Amino acid sequence: MRLVEISGDGRAVAESDGLRLEVDVSLIECPQPGEYVIVHAGFAIERLDTEEAEAQLAFFEDLARASRGGEATAAS
Amino acid sequence: MLLQRLNTEMRHVCGRSAPLRVMEVCGTHTMAVGRQGLRRRLPDGLRLISGPGCPVCVTDSGYLETALKLATRGVGIATFGDLLHVPTADGDSLAACRARGGRIQVCYSPLDALRAAVAEPVREWVFLAIGFETTIAPVLVTLERAKMAGVANFSLLVAFKRVLPAMEAVLSDGRTSIDGFLCPPHVSTVIGASAYWSIAARYGRPCVIAGFEPLDILAGLMEIVRLVAEGRAEVRNAYARVVTEYGNPHAQRMIAKWLEPCSVPWRGLGELPDSGYRLRVAYQQFDAERRHDVQIMSSPGAPGCRCGDVIAGRMDPPACPLFGEGCTPDSPVGPCMVSSEGSCAAWFKYERVEATSA
Repeated sequence: MRLVEISGDGRAVAESDGLRLEVDVSLIECPQPGEYVIVHAGFAIERLDTEEAEAQLAFFEDLARASRGGEATAAS
Repeated sequence: MLLQRLNTEMRHVCGRSAPLRVMEVCGTHTMAVGRQGLRRRLPDGLRLISGPGCPVCVTDSGYLETALKLATRGVGIATFGDLLHVPTADGDSLAACRARGGRIQVCYSPLDALRAAVAEPVREWVFLAIGFETTIAPVLVTLERAKMAGVANFSLLVAFKRVLPAMEAVLSDGRTSIDGFLCPPHVSTVIGASAYWSIAARYGRPCVIAGFEPLDILAGLMEIVRLVAEGRAEVRNAYARVVTEYGNPHAQRMIAKWLEPCSVPWRGLGELPDSGYRLRVAYQQFDAERRHDVQIMSSPGAPGCRCGDVIAGRMDPPACPLFGEGCTPDSPVGPCMVSSEGSCAAWFKYERVEATSA
């Protein structure tokens, strides 16, 4: 979920697909609006590392490309 | 596409007479595998076994009996919804207790439990504090808030559990063989990827942390297959977008502050040393066992219930004689069939299609 509002007392509002939820951010170091977090039982337990997320997506895209290349070779 | 790659990787380990057995230790993985239809699409020679990753399922029957004893005394019981319909050995449940007039409050968050206690200060309230590390940290933050606010009618019936000792117990069991682990992603955000090096080093099994999406799970399985083929008992973090090497320091600080490790009983695995947590003596006022003079005693499950064997990965749910015959999600005999992360519930909902159409 994406943090949209941070209060000063460990409370925040997170949003996902139009759903807004109050979450506790006491377990996150310096939470910032706009960040993505994993929410469990009403608590943000970790932030999403966008660089790592993009690397993972690139890995999956590479696999897809390699697979399509293999299929093309098999077809020819 | 990834399934094709998985098949390719499997060819490197072909020649094994027995299938490669990978255990996933996360109830959410169990459900995701079922929901995504992955199990029956896996290559021949790769078996995915569900392990002790459902916190409700691994909680001993005696815990629920203690909770019901408190409810009968008029104590308000705040609980995650998952425990509501879990039957005791003689068929009672928190849901049935509520129907008889018991004060049972279902919570999404442990903070809901604290709110219930604050809203009804004349009643003693107990939160059923079960869960692995992912849940333990939020419960402790809730206790911190209760302490700061001076809430005097709130305590925890503690049955916290640690995932690593359960993984070790499965490997030491001797009745099941596991070649590698798909590690629980959200527990791993708390304990860190490095926590699994003890499993890899001591038991020679690769451990891969992977997320819940189908691509995550398949990529994780592929990595395990590759590590087994290369004879490398290593730890791989395939969920690095969320899991760090050393975990969440805030959560770990809370755990160290409030809790100390202790032996606890696990359904299916027996009493495991240092596998659970109890509140430190300094925080006894929040320990429901002391506060209400009750003791959680280990208790066997219902007659014929094989949840313990399913939890320990010794058998798949359909091998239980009661599966679908006397034990269904609507009338469960044990927790695995009724918990939202239970193996039997996952198999009942998602894996029976081929059996019924055969």
